[in-house]
Amino acid sequence: MATYLLRRFLWIIPVLFVVSLITFALMHAVPGGPWDNEKRLPQATEDRLNAKYGLDKPVAVQYVSWVGGIVTRFDFGPSYRYVDRTVNDIIGDGLPATIQLGLMAFAVAVLLGIPLGIFAALGHNKWPDYISTAISIVGIATPSFVLGILLIVIFSVNLRWLPTNGWDEPKQWVLPTIALAGFPISQIARYTRASMLEVTRRDYIRTAHSKGVTNTSVVTRHMIRNALIPVVTILGPILAFLVTGSFIIERIFSIPGMGRFYIQSIAQRDYGLLMAMTLIYAFAVAFLNLVVDVLYAYIDPRIRYS
Amino acid sequence: MATNTAAATSASVRPRAAMGPWREALGRLLRNRLAVIGLILVILAFVTAILGPILAPFPYEAQDLKGVLANGGRPVPPGVGGHLLGTDVLGRDLFSRLLDGAQISMTVAIVVQVVVLLIGVPIGALAGWFGGRWDTYLMRLTDVIYAFPDLLFIILLSVAFRQTFFGQALNGLFLVFFAIGLTSWVTVARLVRGQILSLRETEFVEAARAIGVPDRRIILRHLIPNGLGPIIVAVTLGIPGAILSEATLAYIGVGVQPPRASWGSLVAEGQKYIRGDSHLVIFPAVAIALALISFTFLGDGLRDALDPKLKGKQ
Repeated sequence: MATYLLRRFLWIIPVLFVVSLITFALMHAVPGGPWDNEKRLPQATEDRLNAKYGLDKPVAVQYVSWVGGIVTRFDFGPSYRYVDRTVNDIIGDGLPATIQLGLMAFAVAVLLGIPLGIFAALGHNKWPDYISTAISIVGIATPSFVLGILLIVIFSVNLRWLPTNGWDEPKQWVLPTIALAGFPISQIARYTRASMLEVTRRDYIRTAHSKGVTNTSVVTRHMIRNALIPVVTILGPILAFLVTGSFIIERIFSIPGMGRFYIQSIAQRDYGLLMAMTLIYAFAVAFLNLVVDVLYAYIDPRIRYS
Repeated sequence: MATNTAAATSASVRPRAAMGPWREALGRLLRNRLAVIGLILVILAFVTAILGPILAPFPYEAQDLKGVLANGGRPVPPGVGGHLLGTDVLGRDLFSRLLDGAQISMTVAIVVQVVVLLIGVPIGALAGWFGGRWDTYLMRLTDVIYAFPDLLFIILLSVAFRQTFFGQALNGLFLVFFAIGLTSWVTVARLVRGQILSLRETEFVEAARAIGVPDRRIILRHLIPNGLGPIIVAVTLGIPGAILSEATLAYIGVGVQPPRASWGSLVAEGQKYIRGDSHLVIFPAVAIALALISFTFLGDGLRDALDPKLKGKQ
């Protein structure tokens, strides 16, 4: 198990390496640079800027020194746009809000999605099932940005209950969290429902019933425990969705997270910032998937990695 | 007489034997209420997209400035001045623009899946049939692509190549289709590989090999028809994802360029008038939601119909 974990963890390194290489190559393959503005800078100024940031060196040298900085000093280099700030500063400022938003949405998705799925399966083909299915369908069919805007229309513009943007007080956290959690809630509910229905037909459930175990006990001790095991497998993709999906929600609700810098950094060719963010996102996705796999083995003793 | 009976029997039996599983699947699909609703909506969406230019009451870029002025410089509300769903602040008919957007979304639905099939099927088949080195390469590539947050990769690709010829083709849409396809083929490749791995061990493939049927013929006549079901399902269920990606990109301003608008960019435009004229954001939002729902219903129904064993699973 330990060897397996270590191997899986080490495998993240070459993956990140390839991701960084692709990103770096893409950004340098196309014309234009970080100093392009509506007004062109004088050639001499541009040369001096390039020299200062090392952009006059061959691309391969730039790449190596950039990777070197990260590996040896955990330094992602300067931002070419925010002159007085390093990439580390900018990301450090934005990361807490992004992580908070992601975790809140994840908690909401799990805490609502699982009961919703259980509720649907226990009332299979009756009204609980229909209500839960209807909620799931709406959640799956409504993109997070559409959900976010509709929530603003209803709760901020018409009802005036909650603010449209900002991130300073808990009141402002409600709408973005729901908007981001909408899709994962439906996914988890659908999956939990299917898994519960599958478990209902198992022999050990029939055995439990026939030896006189109470209904409540069969549901809580046998069905739910077994049904949740496969649900854990989709938590990885869901966490990945929350990580990468948050940037659009941050944009709609003007949340000071790191997502809003992403599109900006591509458009402005702020290489340093862009590559750092791509790497962080890729690391988050790979790492979270690993965590979920480990969790899976932990809760289901039948699974052994080797 | 005897030969007649034999001919009649074989004539009545053979077509059923050939069509059997597919016809049965069709029957199962048509008995599924949600799938039928999905199918009808999907057909409707394609018909709307194709007939859009004829059905549209106005050209999508035509401005009804008089209507806007009559309304005090604000977007014309739904139902006024022949505008079924109203206009935007420039007086452009929202219904006509939605019809034009349908064309974009339905093109995404088809083109992206064609790209996915063109890349995914051959690579998956190679990995599954030949195994060994090919298989390892595919699996490693899959790891990298799965680690790359796909929406970010699509944005990166689209913005990086925006100024090039490649990025200008088809009004900026070509690059978007290509980028979305590039991030989604892995699922199909893995699926094809899995199908081939399990099918090549079956008795009928073994029998075909034993009597000397060439590889190419085994793949075309035995493996592909038998492994087709899950691939059809994956492709159908991949469509809502592709439509969603395009809408999301358009929402943040990547992809189709004005004056044409995709549903995603209509939502982005409408968002500015959310306080007074929320119809501008609500109608395109509903259009996106309906498209996603109908393809999801159809895909779920197809999955249940084509592979009863998988019923209820993701």
